[in-house]
Amino acid sequence: MSTAFDMTAGQVTIDGRKILRGVDLTVDDGEVVAVLGANGSGKSTLVRALLGVQPLSGGTTLLYGRPPARFREWWRIGYVPQRLSVGGGVPATVREVVASGRIARQRRGRFTSSADRQAVAAALNEVGLSDRAGDPVSSLSGGQQQRVLIARALAGEPDAFVLDEPTAGVDAGSQQMLAQTLSDLVGRGKTVVLVAHELGPLEPLVSRAVVLNQGCKVHDGAPPTAVGAHALPGHDHVHPHEPEPAESSLPSWVLAQEKA
Amino acid sequence: MTILDLDFMRYALVAAVMVGLTAPAVGTFIVQRRLALLGDGIGHVALTGVALGFLTGTAPVATAVVVAALGAVAIEMVRARGKTSGDVALALLFYGGLAGGVMIIYLTPGESTASLNSYLFGAITSVDSTDLWVIAGLAVTVLALLAVFGRELFVLCQDEEVARASGLPVRFLGLLIAVIASVTVVVAMRAVGLLLVSALMVVPVATSQQLTRSFRTTMALSMVFGVLATVGGLTSSFYLDVPSGATIVLLALAGFAVALGIGRFVRRSRTGESTA
Repeated sequence: MSTAFDMTAGQVTIDGRKILRGVDLTVDDGEVVAVLGANGSGKSTLVRALLGVQPLSGGTTLLYGRPPARFREWWRIGYVPQRLSVGGGVPATVREVVASGRIARQRRGRFTSSADRQAVAAALNEVGLSDRAGDPVSSLSGGQQQRVLIARALAGEPDAFVLDEPTAGVDAGSQQMLAQTLSDLVGRGKTVVLVAHELGPLEPLVSRAVVLNQGCKVHDGAPPTAVGAHALPGHDHVHPHEPEPAESSLPSWVLAQEKA
Repeated sequence: MTILDLDFMRYALVAAVMVGLTAPAVGTFIVQRRLALLGDGIGHVALTGVALGFLTGTAPVATAVVVAALGAVAIEMVRARGKTSGDVALALLFYGGLAGGVMIIYLTPGESTASLNSYLFGAITSVDSTDLWVIAGLAVTVLALLAVFGRELFVLCQDEEVARASGLPVRFLGLLIAVIASVTVVVAMRAVGLLLVSALMVVPVATSQQLTRSFRTTMALSMVFGVLATVGGLTSSFYLDVPSGATIVLLALAGFAVALGIGRFVRRSRTGESTA
């Protein structure tokens, strides 16, 4: 079994603030890893640094054994950012955005192939947006836009998916659809790294959970049983609109495990 | 007498078509990359290039291309480095370009700031056959580069982080779009002048996006609007005896106002249908 992602002592400093403080993280092929933690704990930064999208200020990260600058097989990775960037407001259709997910597989100066078209159609179908293909992405709801981003990654037919908060601000229907898509991917043996505030319906799919607190890894192992954690007294429910959480906002099950 | 009886007007019309096609094509990417004012910045810097041409006795178009491209690369490097003080750094570059141009032209024997007028405000009727070849060459190069790199530039302008995670040469593409923009500015300089050049890169795109749903049609329609504005503006300026650059830009803006109204109307009736 080979290793998809391998970060050693990864550090990220942005504007003098230490966001990641020496994180080790290895993700093997076929694993489904959830990165959990409170807001501001460095979850997003961790996965972006894992891909080399966010440069490290210390430590190393390898993609299929190579540092990002020397990595050439980018088609093997499908990155799903937190939200759809609308840029300067030039319209783009759902199909155009999804088709751009083929970019790592396309040769410069070549026309779109039938394989490209088939992959795009399959991706649109998988997320249930085939009937919206010709609509501008700006006319879609937040949950539907999230599905467009996932379809864009699916269209590239990668080996590994990296999803940054795919469930944040998404309606129940889209969450259910996301869980279905992910379980299909897991069934096909794909590698998945996903950032989440809460696992919700994704919980049964996750094979391993990594918990960050203030830029440090505080747990790496079996995923928490969400129902139990929520039922525990004193569970600190952190909401996105709340100010940056203090140390005490660590999920209660982590504290329980550390005590054990 | 019609407009086509005159040699200089025929040249001017051909130049107008090329400018009308290239500026909005590049503009679509520039607007999507949130750099709508990039053309203005490059235009100011290009003025130093024009003045250097006068000073050294070389063709101002050639020196303008070189200086504008260097300026565009500088702008892109400032932008890529950090986003906090980027706009101030850009502003410094703009003022430097404008002041540099005025100072250099003052130091050039036999020239005065009046020599810059046709570059500042455009003088499309002064295009001769040599200019036309240069403009045509540059315009074809710009369109060819957009055709070859369009797919990658779309991803870059949509989301730079996704472009990086797709293994695209982000730094190279950023410089490429900046240099393509600077060449376009110099091509369009003869038609509408450096001070109005950005209008042709931005206004047809803004017009077209009121009416379209996809990136591809936005770009195609903006090129149609671009040609309508340049050719229409040039023709009406000829018959009305008014400055061509200003006429072209005002016509483009009028088109935007009309499209804004139509777009509102169409969207309202669409939502009306869906709620009905």
